[in-house]
Amino acid sequence: MKPKEAWLADEYQAATTRMPEREAVFETLSDIPVEPLYTAEDLRGFDAGTELGYPGEFPYTRGVQASMYRSKLWTMRMFAGFGTAEQTNERFHKLLTAGQTGLSTAFDLPTLMGYDSDHAMALGEVGKCGVAVASLADMEVLFEGIDPEAITTSMTINSPANAVWAMYLAMAERKGADLAKVGGTIQNDILKEFIAQKEYIFPPAPSVKLVIDTFEWGPRVAPRFNFVSVSGYHIREAGSTSVQELAFTLADGIHYVRKALERGLDIDEFAPRVSFFFNVHNDFFEEIAKFRAARRIWARQMRDVFGAKDPRSWMLRTHAQTAGVSLTARQPLVNVARVAIQALAGVLGGTNSLHTDAFDEALSLPTEEAATLALRTQQVVAFESGVTNTVDPLAGSYYLESLTNDMERRTLDYFAQIDALGGVERAIEAGYFAKEIGDASWKQQRDIDERRRLVVGVNAFEQDVQEVPIQLVDAAVARVQRERLERVRRERDPQAAAAALDELRDRAKDGGNTMPAFMRAAHAFCTLGEQMDVLREVYGVYQEPVLV
Amino acid sequence: MDRPIRVLIAKPGLDGHDRGAKVIARALRDAGMEVIYTGLRQTAEMIVNAAVQEDVDAVGLSVLSGAHMHYFREVTAALAARGATDVLLFGGGIVPDTDLPVLAGLGVGRIFTPGANTDDVVAYVRSEIARRRSQAAH
Repeated sequence: MKPKEAWLADEYQAATTRMPEREAVFETLSDIPVEPLYTAEDLRGFDAGTELGYPGEFPYTRGVQASMYRSKLWTMRMFAGFGTAEQTNERFHKLLTAGQTGLSTAFDLPTLMGYDSDHAMALGEVGKCGVAVASLADMEVLFEGIDPEAITTSMTINSPANAVWAMYLAMAERKGADLAKVGGTIQNDILKEFIAQKEYIFPPAPSVKLVIDTFEWGPRVAPRFNFVSVSGYHIREAGSTSVQELAFTLADGIHYVRKALERGLDIDEFAPRVSFFFNVHNDFFEEIAKFRAARRIWARQMRDVFGAKDPRSWMLRTHAQTAGVSLTARQPLVNVARVAIQALAGVLGGTNSLHTDAFDEALSLPTEEAATLALRTQQVVAFESGVTNTVDPLAGSYYLESLTNDMERRTLDYFAQIDALGGVERAIEAGYFAKEIGDASWKQQRDIDERRRLVVGVNAFEQDVQEVPIQLVDAAVARVQRERLERVRRERDPQAAAAALDELRDRAKDGGNTMPAFMRAAHAFCTLGEQMDVLREVYGVYQEPVLV
Repeated sequence: MDRPIRVLIAKPGLDGHDRGAKVIARALRDAGMEVIYTGLRQTAEMIVNAAVQEDVDAVGLSVLSGAHMHYFREVTAALAARGATDVLLFGGGIVPDTDLPVLAGLGVGRIFTPGANTDDVVAYVRSEIARRRSQAAH
């Protein structure tokens, strides 16, 4: 067999002379150049033993479990939440009946920003992009009829994560559950809020301190709970490339590990419960490579840099969600095809849990029909496509392994840049991430506007818009919420509530672990806004520099 | 010569999704317009204050949280209260078609949804401001 270079110079050259290459961009979505062909030469020096290993073994490139989907499929976990706690509870029950295996809660913006539903800043936003949870009373309605020991629940909550987690655990305790058996995930990743999604309240330092409180408290009290889900999802949605998503997310994870070690925590106590959350976008192989590279980089960092001894500390377990940012408002049914391809990439990447977006999400919150179709898409991948029959079926692919190596190399380059800036918190304050992501999203937009990249239905194959039904949020939501809040404030023991808030203030001031105080405040029916106001008073609020 | 078109790009309310707002701000600026971006978490009053102070021709609101009707109503009312009814108010975000007639009834201009081309946004602002300036001149 002749060398690749000779083949390209002879056969490929001749073929493209007869039939020239299409006028297309032969690059991944992260602008990594893609060659016409990959061969064994691209993997020269590649040692499958050290780069891949077996699944369930270091460095976990092939997956975190030995038998992967042959034993246990990924958790089909659809993100849901809108309107009142009653409405979202009803959607949860429907999703469980439809075959979903875990819950995932979307909160509305006032909750995400730590405001009660009757705060002036909450006007017009209550129940719009998620469910409103302002106290334990809302949490109890939200999980009515659901056993917290049997169903794991993920909660997408960040700045007020400690308070909302405490409300969830208090709800479970009041149902008689044993916290040692209650599993789930809180997102609780404040760094990516500063970097991308911007739902921060306090400045970076106290915000990270609150996260590390959960690292310390969680393993002792609720050991089955993932107290953080280090998220690249939102970084990608803000317009980053796949490589930036990978690099910035892992850099965030490493930052939390360093901070937890500074607090004197034992890495093998907390690291097994550090989980991740990545986006799955359109570039099929690049996305698969991202998941495989993520596991390998994390395992090496944890074992070789931080000295973790427990293999569970080395494993990067991750949730994935298809890319909302890739969905189009035009010809929205075409989104079904995008979501299916992205879901398949997530599965071939070895994700442990998956949310598939509904096709109508560029128009509104998903309707029940659209959300069900998205879940069915996962079920087709799981039960009909055959990709689950063998573990990591793409391993050894010349292209995929080359891309995985390339993404690892580029990620380590980003780590060096971030370290040179003085770490993640310094880089946030310097506007580094905002600039990196802003430039990438601008380039992607221009590539589409100028038709260097084609998006079906948007800048190619355009057609009149198909009308699809949309989900409306009932205008009565804000009233129902306000009434429940008023009842909570009226009926609770005012002294117990005041004492709990005092304890929270004391802990915020003396730097002690805040979680016991949050638990007390939850049980005392303190509202989310009251708790966050105490912290606003002690920590102050953060304003980011305005950069375009 | 006409003075350059001045545009305020604003993020009302609690929504932090700023990819679209920043991309549009950059596109309008690259097209030679003077662009002011408010940053996040603005109230209608803050937005209209900035619009009046900066003497802008147009205000673009970006809302992806589902609260767009609330904010377009508030900003429209606040512009009217300040006598700034000549300012073009347009927007973008997750806005279903069914809301478009109501927004048009409020006097809101075009709404650009996911997948919109930034060249179209530039062309729209340019032609709409030109039309308004020539009307004002007559």
